[in-house]
Amino acid sequence: MSTTWATRRKTRIDDLSAGRSLTSEAFRRLRRDPVALTGATIIGVFVVIAALAPLIAPHGAAEAFPALQENLRPGSIPGPQDGFPLGGDQLGRDFYSRMLLASQQTLLVGVLATVIGLIVGIVIGTLAGAFGGWVDTVLMRVTDVLLAVPSLLLAISVAALAASPSQTTVIIAVAVVGVPIFARLLRGSMLSQRDSDHVIAATALGVKRPAVVLRHMLPNAIGPVIVQATLTLATAILDAAALSFLGLGDADPGRAEWGLMLAQAQSYLDVRPALAFYPAIAIIVVALGFTLLGESLREALDPKGSR
Amino acid sequence: MTPLLEVDDLRVAFRRRGEPDTVAVDGVSFDVAPGQVIGLVGESGCGKSVTAMAIMRLLPARGVRVTGSVQLDGVDLLGLSESQMRERRGKDLSMVFQDPLSSLNPVIPIGLQVTEVLARHRGMAKEPARKAAADLLERVGIPDPRRRLGSYPHQLSGGMRQRALIAIALACRPRLLIADEPTTALDVTIQAQILELLRELVRETGAALIMITHDLGVVAGLCETVNVLYGGRIVERAQRHRLFGTPRHPYTHGLLRSIPRLDAPSGEELVAIRGSVVDNLPWEHACAFAPRCPRAVDLCTGTTPLAETSGGRLLRCHNPVPASAE
Repeated sequence: MSTTWATRRKTRIDDLSAGRSLTSEAFRRLRRDPVALTGATIIGVFVVIAALAPLIAPHGAAEAFPALQENLRPGSIPGPQDGFPLGGDQLGRDFYSRMLLASQQTLLVGVLATVIGLIVGIVIGTLAGAFGGWVDTVLMRVTDVLLAVPSLLLAISVAALAASPSQTTVIIAVAVVGVPIFARLLRGSMLSQRDSDHVIAATALGVKRPAVVLRHMLPNAIGPVIVQATLTLATAILDAAALSFLGLGDADPGRAEWGLMLAQAQSYLDVRPALAFYPAIAIIVVALGFTLLGESLREALDPKGSR
Repeated sequence: MTPLLEVDDLRVAFRRRGEPDTVAVDGVSFDVAPGQVIGLVGESGCGKSVTAMAIMRLLPARGVRVTGSVQLDGVDLLGLSESQMRERRGKDLSMVFQDPLSSLNPVIPIGLQVTEVLARHRGMAKEPARKAAADLLERVGIPDPRRRLGSYPHQLSGGMRQRALIAIALACRPRLLIADEPTTALDVTIQAQILELLRELVRETGAALIMITHDLGVVAGLCETVNVLYGGRIVERAQRHRLFGTPRHPYTHGLLRSIPRLDAPSGEELVAIRGSVVDNLPWEHACAFAPRCPRAVDLCTGTTPLAETSGGRLLRCHNPVPASAE
């Protein structure tokens, strides 16, 4: 018994003397940061709703109800009533259920687009930063061209290339927008790693080139890119919504999507502004959540920003 | 004894577009016998670190021209391909750097950094490599080595980090170790321990050691032969006792006189060397040290002094300090 206690005691003292790692230090700072907490709460609620949407939504996204359809007039769309807390939409579907279900699409598209963009960006950035020379020049000039085009315009162009708009084209279009940002960021920090003492030291030990790049350079260079990914999640959600709004989004009527809901609500702004109001607020709040968390993450991981 | 390493007429020039080359090392030659400890001494910018990097072939390929020859066991390292050189680094020749914190990978535990080298050059499997790594850490005096294998560099003290770096450098028992100011970033008490450790390990493994330092105290305690560099050239080379006893080159003489000594009569002033190292080396038609030299004569600013060897001492000076001085 006493040995266990002694061991545990010893470990604790050792841990304290050993100091904290940068990551745990960052998390400690994040937990005390009200901005980060707000962002995390918004994202947490959003993710829970998205995950549970099929369970908590009372109705399907495509289901139309006679009770709502009967009251549809050119000048009026039925508001909140028994069984339909937010009322119906222009086709007599349950607006509340559609709002909940749409969160799923937003999360899916946002996360997938960011992850795909991140992976491609990491590959390009690593190649450019590790090899330098003409590989770097070619990759970075292509990146520059992509960066020169405004992000939404780029996404629209990519989405318009597809024969018919679908969820996949939206994901790819939004991912393409993220690639140059990640690639350029990673290339920069890979370059600074290349001349760092520990990379030279690893080279001086005869470590093979791929191992130097993947084990010694990349893990030390990737921090800023991960932070950027949180921020990019917010813009990815906004871009995806914008594409849907412009009619380049998911054409499947069986799925609800905030951007498309917003677009369709335009014609009924004078009749029932709530149809536009709720999706708009949802998009703004979720994007804000990711931005807040991303910004505080960046601050927390910045060694100069210790408070 | 046949030398292990022969550096012959090594020149390193940094090229910049539209500007004349900056010569950092200008025809340096020296030998190292197996098991021998030699020193390369000089102030900042004299080319001692560049010499080390050139021997290890760690200088960037672009914009740097390295000529001369660096033979390790008769093989010219400068003629090897990059992949052949990678095979040798860490196995045949290895290097310990100045700053132990920045020279260790901050995101990888110490243990992995030791086993990585063992796996690379000895093809050791995971478990035997871990065992060997723990033994190495124990050998360099890191307490509780098994547990320390999992520690990150920032969790160790400066001395421990330098011990770990030395363990990594010596993991594959290289025959040549280059130590580039290994004690500069440490406090004085730790410096002595690290030097003692290096001395022991070199004796134990039979490795040759090139000690690069600006600290004459380090040289006095460790090196058999001392090369004094100034402006990219060796200006004086002698056995340690002869160099410290009767320094002949005015630069060496000045360096030794600028160190406080306990046995000096109290009230004696320390003598500083005037000025500082100039960037481009005026060796062409003069002695680079002439502008700062207290013994400079007309000849010094008109003719390049040649390296002359007599009685085991190399000297590059027109007007050396008389042997009877001091």
